[in-house]
Amino acid sequence: MDIKIEDLSPIFCEVLENDDLLITESTVAADVPEWDSLNHIYLVVAIEKQFKVKFTTHQIQSWKCVGDILTDLNK
Amino acid sequence: MKIAIIGNYATQFFHKSLLRKLKKNHSDIQMYQSEFNTIDIELLDIHSGLFQFEPDYIIWHESTLGLRDTFYQSITENRVEFALNYQARIEGYLNTISINLPGTKVIFPNHGINFDDKVFGNFSLKVESSWMFQRNKINTSINQLALQFSNFYPMESQPSTNELVVTDYSMVVNAELHFSPDYLDWLSESVLKTIEAFRGQFKKCIILDLDNTLWGGIIGDDGLENIHIGTLGIGKAFTRLQKWLKELKNRGIILAVCSKNNEDIAKSAFEQHPEMVLKLEDIAVFMANWNSKADNINQIQKILNIGFDSMVFIDDNPAEREIVRTHIPKILVPELPLDPADYLPFLISQNIFETVSYSNNDSERTRQYQEESKRVAFSQSITNMDDYLLSLNMRAVISNFQSFDIERIAQLSQRSNQFNLRTKRYSIQDIENIMNNENYLTFSVHLHDKFGSYGLISMVIVKIEENTAFIDTWIMSCRVLKRTVEHLLMNLIVSKLIERKIDIIKGEYLPTDKNMLVEHLLSELAMDKLDEHNYQLKISKYIPLKHFINY
Repeated sequence: MDIKIEDLSPIFCEVLENDDLLITESTVAADVPEWDSLNHIYLVVAIEKQFKVKFTTHQIQSWKCVGDILTDLNK
Repeated sequence: MKIAIIGNYATQFFHKSLLRKLKKNHSDIQMYQSEFNTIDIELLDIHSGLFQFEPDYIIWHESTLGLRDTFYQSITENRVEFALNYQARIEGYLNTISINLPGTKVIFPNHGINFDDKVFGNFSLKVESSWMFQRNKINTSINQLALQFSNFYPMESQPSTNELVVTDYSMVVNAELHFSPDYLDWLSESVLKTIEAFRGQFKKCIILDLDNTLWGGIIGDDGLENIHIGTLGIGKAFTRLQKWLKELKNRGIILAVCSKNNEDIAKSAFEQHPEMVLKLEDIAVFMANWNSKADNINQIQKILNIGFDSMVFIDDNPAEREIVRTHIPKILVPELPLDPADYLPFLISQNIFETVSYSNNDSERTRQYQEESKRVAFSQSITNMDDYLLSLNMRAVISNFQSFDIERIAQLSQRSNQFNLRTKRYSIQDIENIMNNENYLTFSVHLHDKFGSYGLISMVIVKIEENTAFIDTWIMSCRVLKRTVEHLLMNLIVSKLIERKIDIIKGEYLPTDKNMLVEHLLSELAMDKLDEHNYQLKISKYIPLKHFINY
């Protein structure tokens, strides 16, 4: 798969209910006020549904930034 | 409306999903969410946040996976007692809730989801100390508690479709989220229906198309003997659907027919076809003609006198469904699947007919509506209203609330939207409390006339506060509008108040978008209007109102 940051962006905007949100590969949860632990789960579910993938528990726990999510998506 | 959620898993998703759905139709929502896994702490302490919140509804959701963890922690020797101990725990808390929050209803998704651990394989059902044996026993005890506590409402937690992922184990590990967001969305929808039913919003009538909906084929073209029902062709699918509809009818859902057909031909199937499950006497209103379905449904609504939002229309034809939806937006029109074999499982999965009460009286409803059709025909032959009312030979039995009527009374308070002065909803438990409180005068009315019995048709609750009386509730079935029942009742209320030496009765009209019918009721009952919604009457000035009812 070749999924880019532009493909992830709309999901973040929708789940975090913030249309002005700009994410980059280096964005971390602490940078975005709406990105709390609850919304993190919604993000995982939304990304899994959109790209028809299933992350492992280990993958989800190892993410440090948006770039890590992209890396796992493109594996 | 105040709703509290308590659970032994991360309930935030459930909370969020339910709140979003409630907000669509209600503006007055307050919600309370207990901290993670604090069910026992909230319920043991009657000064806890939960008790102080005084919720109308407690949604008590225990994860079965969490229960299994608790089971594993218990020592082996105690496991045969696991279900018994669990039952004692729930029972204790329900007692505390009944005493300290007497009006609160407890909604409890049961442990219907399997979570079989296969430790003993299939043999577990023969091992009393196994998880599966004890889990099954717990569900049985929950059923028992439901019979014991009138404020306890368990509900099925297992979706009727297998397409839903109930638990995403990655979420369990990462977030203590024992249920997938999709499942919690399903569950919140299910809980919402129960809450709406408590508030009087539920379906009362199902309107059925005939050709290719109740049987296969087109009776007008194919002929009576060639329609698919029973053993012919795909008839089994329709037979099963009809059996289910008959069960609904026996429960008290009104069945009506709306079909583009020649009436005689359409009725012949019900009268003559040996394999038809539904018979003519199961159908309250039969509309088979060539008029538009929207017009026919309007006619059905006039005869039944219930809101469009309590009706469901079933038709295999997408064009007819769209026409009805466009003309009558409030009616529910399910998008039937293409294959008739899927009609019934689809309708079941939609859980359309939620309710929060049941009494044997419900099954009488179809007969009552059929009698009503006869009355309509009879009234058209008489021109003078007084003569008509006299000729009905009406007789009423009026008493204070009796224990054998409690269910029906609670139900009337939950079902009635139109002739309902203040739209206060009462549960069985609330009614019992009122009956035992001498500061309340209660009136229930059973009415019959020469065409048959209407059953319980009216209830009034008058609250006595020192030297004045207040009309807390005045409800009447719309089937007996303009029969002067309310006049007779007012005469009786006044005479009771005279016995109690009370000289002032006050009343209030609380408008909703459905009870315009009683906007002027209190004026008609000779009460003086004080302001927009408040009324008062000096008993000594009361002149008895005219009525036509023997009692």
